[in-house]
Amino acid sequence: MLKFLAKGLMRDRSRSLFPIMIIATGVIFTVLMYSWMMGFTTMFIRENARFETGHVKIVTRAYNELIDQKPYDLGLMNVKEKIEMLSSEYPQMHWQPRIYFGGLLDLPDENGETLSQGEVIGFGVDLFSNSFEQELLNLEEALTNGTLPQERGEILISEEVAKKLGISINDVVTIIGSTMYGSMAMNNFKVCGMVRFGVQAMDRGAVIVDISDVRLFLDMEDSASEILGFLPQYKESPTFEIAEVFNAKYNDENDEFSDIMLPLRKQANMEMMINTMDERLGMFIFVFIFIMSLVLWNSGLMNGIRRYGEIGVRLAIGESKGHIYRSLILESFLIGIAATIIGTAIGLGFSFLLQYNGLDIGSMMKDANMIMGATMQAQVTPVSYYIGFIPGVIASVIGAVFSGIGIYKRNTAQLFKELET
Amino acid sequence: MAHIKINGMLKNYPIGRGKFTALKGIDLEFAKGEFTGIVGPSGSGKTTLLNIIGSLDVQSEGSVEVMGKDIKSLSAKQSSRLRSEHIGFIFQTYNLLPVYTVYENVEFPLILLKMSAAERKKAVLDALDWVGLTDKIKSRPSQLSGGECQRVAIARAIVKKPDLVLADEPTANLDAENSHHILKTMKKINEDLGTTFIFSTHDAKVISYLKRKITLLDGKVDKDEIVNGG
Repeated sequence: MLKFLAKGLMRDRSRSLFPIMIIATGVIFTVLMYSWMMGFTTMFIRENARFETGHVKIVTRAYNELIDQKPYDLGLMNVKEKIEMLSSEYPQMHWQPRIYFGGLLDLPDENGETLSQGEVIGFGVDLFSNSFEQELLNLEEALTNGTLPQERGEILISEEVAKKLGISINDVVTIIGSTMYGSMAMNNFKVCGMVRFGVQAMDRGAVIVDISDVRLFLDMEDSASEILGFLPQYKESPTFEIAEVFNAKYNDENDEFSDIMLPLRKQANMEMMINTMDERLGMFIFVFIFIMSLVLWNSGLMNGIRRYGEIGVRLAIGESKGHIYRSLILESFLIGIAATIIGTAIGLGFSFLLQYNGLDIGSMMKDANMIMGATMQAQVTPVSYYIGFIPGVIASVIGAVFSGIGIYKRNTAQLFKELET
Repeated sequence: MAHIKINGMLKNYPIGRGKFTALKGIDLEFAKGEFTGIVGPSGSGKTTLLNIIGSLDVQSEGSVEVMGKDIKSLSAKQSSRLRSEHIGFIFQTYNLLPVYTVYENVEFPLILLKMSAAERKKAVLDALDWVGLTDKIKSRPSQLSGGECQRVAIARAIVKKPDLVLADEPTANLDAENSHHILKTMKKINEDLGTTFIFSTHDAKVISYLKRKITLLDGKVDKDEIVNGG
């Protein structure tokens, strides 16, 4: 029977081609949308991990209360010892201290008078003891002018800030801020290079300085705002496990300066963002199944009317209504499978294209506060290969289930009359 | 023993709040191997009678037994099985499945009977041999003449070697030559295989082949006569 149905489907294009085109189109969008969302999520996680969250982050409980303000006066002490301890307890991870600070960048003229001034967000990162941060922040690629800091006292400025304030390479600029203990702090830095990360939130006003200079500048000897931990490759569950073990050991509810480890997902609205993306994808698939089912239901009804004669003959020959109904569902299943295979292949093609080429969304992200890359790429995962089967086959079968109900409402006694017309 | 036994059969159809009586007081018996025509003007109840004998419909009153089975007491599934195993249908407009070949059209009833591929092949070729279409097995209905299509329909009706073939105006769309060809074929099957044929017709050509002619008028049996020497 299966062979018989398959032959009919292959020969009767109006029975197969239209539904296949409809379902395949939907599956293409599903696969593309899924891969796109995966790419977006991965990029979102990667960019946030690089610039903001790490895969895990250690801060003091007090700092965590005001974490949006980056209060480095509530930062971590004895950082060197902590990193040694973390490295021995979690040897698979890389630990990197950072200091985030805000300040006023002042460009003086030859007389020492202010030429221009602007607010900046400072990143104190380890630029000299190893190349981890340079690689993580992709500084070599981000460098658009000048060189990376070669010695202490040098600063990297975002291209946008440099342009806005009229800063050139080798200019000496002053950053005005306050120390960890609240007194005013000023320090001169020589501009050695300009950077553009393609992350709007960074490019709008970031300056990067070696952490030892920042410690001196802000009176934060052996301190840091945060210690970021990185796994060789991000996976969510280990970050939760590590954080749980760490917090059980070091997080003391009665000590506001005890350390707390935050996994990536629990930081900076990441959980809400990631959940929202998952919900959007689920909603998209549901909407797709719903709309496709309606379309295929309608197409099934039209097809049923067109095949009235055939169904009548089959009933007269002795095929039961249930058998015909099941065969129509089986047909729709075969159509769903064929259409999904076609749709998945095309969808994967587009997804791979977007994975390797990406789409520049920099102009759309100009005013965004989120840390996002300027180029969005799709990401083909193993799920991309089968995600289309869920809406493709379900929509096809649901369409047939509803449209086929008409068979049961048909009065067999009318067959002869119908078949004669 | 009677092949088909109809006693005091009445058939009503609801029309609005009232009802229309299509058949009334029908008492008929058909023996195995009959070649019988039901004739009468349009609206006389020919098709309704065939529907009920073919278990596509049920009577309102009276009893109808087909091959020992009471039509009214059969479930939908049992009716399907009765048609599938014992009854073949031939329609005025052939009603072949257009996307399938001649071979596949004839094979279809056997697929429903879950016969093996080898058994099906033998039966299909035998049936096509009966109707003289073994050279057209790969053709589609659209490539055949009207007469050839009706011969395929006959092959499809007899391929499972049914006890009964019900034919509703089988020659209405055919010219004289094809009509005679078809009727000769059916007559031959009737004689060689002992298959019971019941036609509904008002075609004089068909009547000349019948052994028994039942005339319906306004839903009642007007005449029941042995013709052409029975």
